[in-house]
Amino acid sequence: MESCPSIKNILLLDSEGKRVAVKYYSDDWPTNTAKETFEKAVFTKTQKTNARTEAEIAMFENCIIVYKFVQDLHFFVTGGEDENELILATVLQGFFDAVGLLLRGNADKKEALENLDLILLCLDEIVDGGIILETDANVIAGKVASNSLDAGASLSEQTISQALATAREHLTRSLLK
Amino acid sequence: MAQPLVKKDDDRDDEAEYSPFLGIEKGAVLQEARVFNDPQLDPRRCSQVITKLLYLLNQGESFTKVEATEVFFAVTKLFQSRDIGLRRMVYLMIKELSPSADEVIIVTSSLMKDMNSKTDMYRANAIRVLCRITDGTLLTQIERYLKQAIVDKNPVVASAALVSGIHLLQTNPEIVKRWSNEVQEAVQSRAALVQFHALALLHQIRQNDRLAVSKLVTSLTRGTVRSPLAQCLLIRYTSQVIRESGSTQTGDRPFYDFLEGCLRHKAEMVIFEAARAITELNGVTSRELTPAITVLQLFLSSSKPVLRFAAVRTLNKVAMTHPMAVTNCNIDMESLISDQNRSIATLAITTLLKTGNESSVDRLMKQITNFMSDIADEFKIVVVEAIRSLCLKFPLKYRSLMNFLSNILREEGGFEYKKAIVDSIVILIRDIPDAKESGLLHLCEFIEDCEFTYLSTQILHFLGIEGPKTSDPSKYIRYIYNRVHLENATVRASAVSTLAKFGALVDSLKPRIFVLLRRCLFDSDDEVRDRATLYINTLGGDGSVVETDKDVKDFLFGSLDLPLVNLETSLKTYEPSEEPFDINSVPKEIKSQPLAEKKAPGKKPTGLGAPPAAPLSTVDAYEKLLSSIPEFANFGKLFKSSAPVELTEAETEYSVNAVKHIFDSNVVFQYNCTNTIPDQLLENVTVIVDSSEAEEFAEVLSKPMRSLPYDTPGQTFVAFEKPEGVPAVGKFSNMLKFIVKEVDPTTGETEDDGVEDEYQLEDLEVVAADYMLKVGVSNFRNAWESMGDDFERVDEYGLGPRESLAEAVNAVINLLGMQPCEGTEAVPNNSRSHTCLLSGVYIGNVRVLARISFGVDGPKDVAMKLAVRSEDEGVSDAIHEIVASG
Repeated sequence: MESCPSIKNILLLDSEGKRVAVKYYSDDWPTNTAKETFEKAVFTKTQKTNARTEAEIAMFENCIIVYKFVQDLHFFVTGGEDENELILATVLQGFFDAVGLLLRGNADKKEALENLDLILLCLDEIVDGGIILETDANVIAGKVASNSLDAGASLSEQTISQALATAREHLTRSLLK
Repeated sequence: MAQPLVKKDDDRDDEAEYSPFLGIEKGAVLQEARVFNDPQLDPRRCSQVITKLLYLLNQGESFTKVEATEVFFAVTKLFQSRDIGLRRMVYLMIKELSPSADEVIIVTSSLMKDMNSKTDMYRANAIRVLCRITDGTLLTQIERYLKQAIVDKNPVVASAALVSGIHLLQTNPEIVKRWSNEVQEAVQSRAALVQFHALALLHQIRQNDRLAVSKLVTSLTRGTVRSPLAQCLLIRYTSQVIRESGSTQTGDRPFYDFLEGCLRHKAEMVIFEAARAITELNGVTSRELTPAITVLQLFLSSSKPVLRFAAVRTLNKVAMTHPMAVTNCNIDMESLISDQNRSIATLAITTLLKTGNESSVDRLMKQITNFMSDIADEFKIVVVEAIRSLCLKFPLKYRSLMNFLSNILREEGGFEYKKAIVDSIVILIRDIPDAKESGLLHLCEFIEDCEFTYLSTQILHFLGIEGPKTSDPSKYIRYIYNRVHLENATVRASAVSTLAKFGALVDSLKPRIFVLLRRCLFDSDDEVRDRATLYINTLGGDGSVVETDKDVKDFLFGSLDLPLVNLETSLKTYEPSEEPFDINSVPKEIKSQPLAEKKAPGKKPTGLGAPPAAPLSTVDAYEKLLSSIPEFANFGKLFKSSAPVELTEAETEYSVNAVKHIFDSNVVFQYNCTNTIPDQLLENVTVIVDSSEAEEFAEVLSKPMRSLPYDTPGQTFVAFEKPEGVPAVGKFSNMLKFIVKEVDPTTGETEDDGVEDEYQLEDLEVVAADYMLKVGVSNFRNAWESMGDDFERVDEYGLGPRESLAEAVNAVINLLGMQPCEGTEAVPNNSRSHTCLLSGVYIGNVRVLARISFGVDGPKDVAMKLAVRSEDEGVSDAIHEIVASG
């Protein structure tokens, strides 16, 4: 274990195990079929666990997988069997929180697909070719969002659903006051 | 910590299937991508199309070469837009498409412009994209910018350059190595992640230079490291330095204080990394372990599953070597048995099984029985393996453990799980004599209702060996003969073999076995009939109570002392002819296992395990190669080929290694040469060998290689004559001689005129071990006793001061070139004495066995007693001579 900590893949699946966004950094799964088999196996193995308050962990095919769920989104980060589990968990938490921030607290599959560009950019900012780039959710989200903000994405540029979500959020807040 | 599942919003269910990508189709999206070519670019629209393309790729769709090229060219047009969001998507798209070299040129200038842009985000991303898609030639052009970027004040830009450096180091090490000054500077950066990336790169640049790594670690462990990730890296590098520096005589281990200090770090990942590093130190003492165990124990009761898992997994490993150190955690472990996460529970159980004492076994077994019903097979296997080692540790407890195993054997389970149980029972029977009878009966009961042919046949085979030696062999016959009625042909055939073994060993049962075997003559399967016929004939035919011949016993029970792989290849090459197949022509050399073996999923071979898949035979390849060269035809049969010996350092212009082929009265050196210079062609390559230090050898011929192009390995041979059957030794100095011709790298044309040149290689030695074949025996004691002490030679030797006992044992094994048997090459840590069993075949086909007892004498001095038995007096003496002169 003299090497740099490395990530084998990051998966974001829905509540049926289908892909929302995935990114592989290692050659352990050379074909798309191999990837899908792996995702299916990971999903089946973890779907019954309760990984909503705290990240959970499992060992599988000589890999360590840490995972966390919210709504109908399942987040996974995979590393080698000798990897420091807590480093993987930190990456997972960074990804999980950054997605939460980018989707403005409405982290679910629909929102994720509607903002898939943000999710993909987010993956791109967390890990580069297996090497951890950044783990702080605020920094990650900041880097991703800066683009859309710089581009002058004002309220008018938001998608309808985003606007609705924001509106709903405002409404609930005022009602709760 | 359990919380009810968050319910999905009800109103969501109606639109559950809604997705912005519903009904998306590759063809349509590719059509849409035409907007990239519009003179008036709509950034939002273009971003959406790119997202769709990325979505398709992400879902596993692939583009054809033409499609990818088209998309790529269209995307490059988007560099015209100044929209930052769109630019980000363009970067992402280019990375996903991984364009070919001629396409890369199109975007290079745009990316280089971005690399020098004022916007940091552009710079960082352009660096990452360009480095991802670039090749060596382009890299030299942008190297200057990358060096600047590494020390850029913006951490994102610096990190992008450093991470790209880490990737590029794999493909273009010579370029990246030139950046070490800048990287060194970046290590001092105030930005946490820049420091992490710089440290990773700097270490990789210097990893082959121990001194530099040691210096790096020394300076950083004194200073401050800001990022927890960088601190983890530093811990890894520190343990590497500790490992390589070897243990100091007494007193404190260097850097141990640093590791221990990290246990008080504020980040959990650092604490854990340090604790794990301490537990993995070579020959760690219990005093060193204590602080690490203490923090891990705290983690055991954490609310975070990841922490509990990490801690219990590490403690589990510690328990294998230092069970006493972990006993303090037993109470916390026991509470983990009911952990929601089954991986954690299983690890806790197996740790407890390792650390438990004799009195706690029964209580533990009770807890496990409840636990077994609700875990998956893979976890059950782990538990079974732990129980097996527990039973070997406390043989007196075999009754309850054997009962446990037989109970779970009856329950539902897959093949791997059942196999683990059966393997465990077999091992217990073998190692605990008291457990034999009950264990065999459990196995008999199991095959009465076993759905796995493989397990049935293995158990039958095992019964055939162990059953006849029990007090009442007849009680097993019923179980075995039932197989002949009820099972498939494979199992029936092995039941017949087992019956025959009972008949051969238990004379009183012979008449009855005969009756049973005769019935098998009418079986529907020919293999079963063949076996029955064969055994009836070998056992003596008339079915009376007589003693079985020794030959028959040898035939039934003797081990085939040939590797099956070799037999298989020999049988495959055998062509039916007048001459019958001669089993003595099968080579006995055990092939070294290829490295790939290690990488295979960590399944250890167990009791009944099938032999691992056969590696491709190198000996056969050599034999084929040599027999294709007419000059070597009259040398006779190849006795042995050595492993390749490197004659050049790594990364030199020409890389050469040599293989020594030993024949009865000849030796052939095969030089494998590789030319690593792209613009050179070597012709007429020979090796000039000076054998003045090898008196008994005379060069007979040299076979040059006509040409050696770049990166295509080729061979040249030199053959020597030596006195027949004599294990002559000597040292040879080598000089590579050739004609160099320049090659134009662009056109591939070769210049006509060449220059003669020479290249000094390292010396090659023929040593005594070259005359020894590694041939193992499965049961050393039997082999030793059957060899007899007629030609036994015993003597004692002092080996002088040695680094460790293990090192001394290894040195002797390598000196003799013999095959260590029964795992005796492994020396347990900290032991003061060791016995090593070796076996081999010496030139002239003489079998040799050696039993060597090592002892540590004084602080470091190692002494050994060597006992050699062989079929030839001279050979026994020769072995002693090797040791005496080595």
